[in-house]
Amino acid sequence: MNELLTLMKSELVLTVLIFLLLFVKIGRGVRNEALLPIIQVLLLLNFIVGFFFNGEGSLFGGMFHTSSLIAFEKNILSLAVYLISLLFAGWLKKSQHMPEFFLLMITALLGMFLMISSGNLLMFYLSLELSTIPVAAMANFDLDKKRSSEGAMKMILSSAFSSGILLFGISLVYGATGTLAFAEIPAQLNGSPLQVLAFVFLFSAFAFKLSVVPFHLWAADVYEGSPIAVTAFLSVVSKASMAFILITVLYQVFKPLQSIWYNMLVLLAMATMVVGNLFALRQQNIKRLFAFSSIAQVGFVLVGISSNSTLGVASVVYFMLIYVFSAMAALGVAAVVSHHAGQENIDGYKGLYKNNKFLSWAMALALFSLAGIPPTAGFFGKLFLLAAGGERGAYWFITVAALNMIVSLYYYLRVVRAIFMDANEKPIDIIPLGNTERLGLVICGAGIILVGLAGGIFNFIQTLH
Amino acid sequence: MNLLSLILLPLLTAVTVLLCRGGQVKWVAFAGAVLQLALAVALMVAYSHQRAAGNIAQMLFQQQYLLFRGVNIGLHVGVDGISVAMVLLTSLVSLAGVLVSWKIEKMTKEFYFLLTLLALGAYGFFISLNLFVLFFFLEISVIPKYLLIGIWGTGRKEYSANKLALMLMGGSALILVGMLGLYFTAGHSFDILSIANMPIPANTQHLIFPFLFVGFGVFTAMFPLHTWVPDGHSSAPTAGSMFLAGISMKLGGYGCLRVAVYLLPEGAKQYANIIIVLSAIAILYGAFATMMQKDLKYMNAYSSVSHVGFSLLGIGMLTQTAVTGALLQMVSHGLMTALFFAVIGMLYDRTHTRMVGEMGGLLKVLPFISTVLFIVGFCSLGLPGLSGFVAEMTVFVGAWQTDDIFHRAATIAAAASIVVTAVYILRAVAQTTMGPVKNEQFLHLKDAAWYERLAAMLLVAAIVGIGMAPGWLADLLRPAAEIITNRIAGK
Repeated sequence: MNELLTLMKSELVLTVLIFLLLFVKIGRGVRNEALLPIIQVLLLLNFIVGFFFNGEGSLFGGMFHTSSLIAFEKNILSLAVYLISLLFAGWLKKSQHMPEFFLLMITALLGMFLMISSGNLLMFYLSLELSTIPVAAMANFDLDKKRSSEGAMKMILSSAFSSGILLFGISLVYGATGTLAFAEIPAQLNGSPLQVLAFVFLFSAFAFKLSVVPFHLWAADVYEGSPIAVTAFLSVVSKASMAFILITVLYQVFKPLQSIWYNMLVLLAMATMVVGNLFALRQQNIKRLFAFSSIAQVGFVLVGISSNSTLGVASVVYFMLIYVFSAMAALGVAAVVSHHAGQENIDGYKGLYKNNKFLSWAMALALFSLAGIPPTAGFFGKLFLLAAGGERGAYWFITVAALNMIVSLYYYLRVVRAIFMDANEKPIDIIPLGNTERLGLVICGAGIILVGLAGGIFNFIQTLH
Repeated sequence: MNLLSLILLPLLTAVTVLLCRGGQVKWVAFAGAVLQLALAVALMVAYSHQRAAGNIAQMLFQQQYLLFRGVNIGLHVGVDGISVAMVLLTSLVSLAGVLVSWKIEKMTKEFYFLLTLLALGAYGFFISLNLFVLFFFLEISVIPKYLLIGIWGTGRKEYSANKLALMLMGGSALILVGMLGLYFTAGHSFDILSIANMPIPANTQHLIFPFLFVGFGVFTAMFPLHTWVPDGHSSAPTAGSMFLAGISMKLGGYGCLRVAVYLLPEGAKQYANIIIVLSAIAILYGAFATMMQKDLKYMNAYSSVSHVGFSLLGIGMLTQTAVTGALLQMVSHGLMTALFFAVIGMLYDRTHTRMVGEMGGLLKVLPFISTVLFIVGFCSLGLPGLSGFVAEMTVFVGAWQTDDIFHRAATIAAAASIVVTAVYILRAVAQTTMGPVKNEQFLHLKDAAWYERLAAMLLVAAIVGIGMAPGWLADLLRPAAEIITNRIAGK
């Protein structure tokens, strides 16, 4: 019993949160303004508690498994959810169904926690569904907007499709190896065609969720249609959790098939970076821009994953931590501008600097971090990913990745240029920035500067296992 | 001497600038720049003392801190003669840059903040002995450059800012790949001194060298990757052009030498001929392209391509004298081109034109500025007594030491460009300063103010100082250059 409490601590805390919110929902008369700070404090507590009393070991006959690295990964996700509650406060307060939003989001987070911790393909499948279905409901949260429903519909259909493929892959794995437990599969793998086929199907499901090219087409529409808070959740939290479990699956479960997945990963990473970047070049809508840029970022993550080493794990986790800060800050500013000025196009940002200096610098800092320019943390993140990818001596591969950084710089600079340089007769008026949003942006900005320059964080991640 | 103060002082200045308001900003920036110059001079004095006392270590004042333990990345700083000279150059140009921007009114605080950040990047770059940190400081200047040109620039500023940022980023991407290649072949270390002690197979050197040399080459406007120079320089605000041409282009040359040539001597030998051909083309092409320009800023930008070609030519010759000449040329060109851009800025502020054809007779109205224009023009065409002559002469002497037809032909071609330089410089200077005053409004123009005079005097003093007594600078640079060329010769 005691073991259950320590090992499943983060999941239990989330479950308590979910129940609390349910009671709030049943009880009447709590205004959003009063409720939101309480939820923010609870999410902050959840994040802080994540650092203490972390155990190591497995439960339920290997179904559930946790370690210091997994605990840290969960902390990154908790941090991202806390930032969402801060940065999108303006939109959340106006929403009629705010408790439900958090209910769904925390449920999805619980699914992700279980998914990262899973030690069995069945457990993995169940928790993946738990983390996906609530998000589809969240995507539909702008009830009066048609695009929002459209995005939700696309999301549901594509995830159902990918789940089907995943189940097919899992059943083939079971057929080929006779087991679903992560610990037992590697011993049964010998590289037979059936096993490779099973792996390919399994991997396709990952590719779908991570929006790896050529499985990326759903992403842009869903991101554009959803409320920005949901876009943030999808493009940051959801992707980070998928990247974490992908590392476990590739490095532990399918280790014997390494020569196969290495080549697959190299090809997919290059395709993802190139296509994501090239599509991002032409976007006018800032949400679509971020959608495609997040596809390209996943390509970089795959570069790091391809290394199959401890440096690979550390660099991906480190990059995800940085990505949380950078992407959240960028989307947070986009949400504030969209909410107050109704501008979602890059052209609408022209002359933003004139009246909104704080927002402009926050956005610029976030964009430079996404583009990987020092002194921001994004520089260190990208560099370690490329270093991990270059460990095997595939220089042409990291050359492609490095050249992609130039392309991405171009479209990030488009936004910077609109904010700082382009003249506008009627620039956006002074936007009243709430304290919580300001706090969120300050946290993100501090993260963007400090996570890179403080070498201790990367060292710490490297000691985790 | 604590080298980290060279990074901390600009950082402190930048932060203070952000905290100040209104009129204080420029004084803070000015004070910071003066202190930086004092620090750079102190560094030079301390360095000469150490050397005079018989300290023969390759790098002095070293300091080392491990930042990322698991991947063996750390801050490692130290200086040799080359770094000291470059730090001195940076501090001079940045002080002059702060001074000529005295009257800037649009977003003053942001302007000085970015300018100080640029200087910070250059100081950090020149004192780093760790490739990772060196690259960090190289890249740190991308944002300030982009914003300086895009916000305070003139003409097609957005286009130029974009072009510059993307091309420099392209150079960085190549450097990054080369750097990682070095890291994995030289025992998982980014430390320049420890990589230098590692035996790197010749094949690997041949593979990595182009990445590093071309990457840094973009920064130093190596032909045919020079196209960001004319647009970038001509659109930038005066101080921005001064920084770009005076310091930023030197980052590339320094990187070519310190990283590519020093760490990969076999690679340098393999590609030396290509470097020589490209730099000879750059010298001639730059000179002829300058002849066709009517805009003073474009003129100086293209002539920069030509002048920087001399440094690359010197590096490509791989002899001790030629490399020393290349380094002299880097310092001399940095001072000269910064001064040239400063003068162009002063002229433009008054006449509101940069077209040579629209000016005329300015010597009567603006005697001080015109005189400075004369001096800088003469320095550019290599008049003895000014720094340009010393540098170019050393490069030619060094280049002539290799006696085969190829090297001789390249040297002669490069030397021939001096004639072209004389044509365009004399023509431009004569048209702007002599003859009748073309525009009546010019008659009421005021000559340089105190801050402009101070900036110009500083740079003129340095140019004349090097030209009259080049010994001290050459003595500073030669031993460091010798270490590099000895490695190439296999000693």
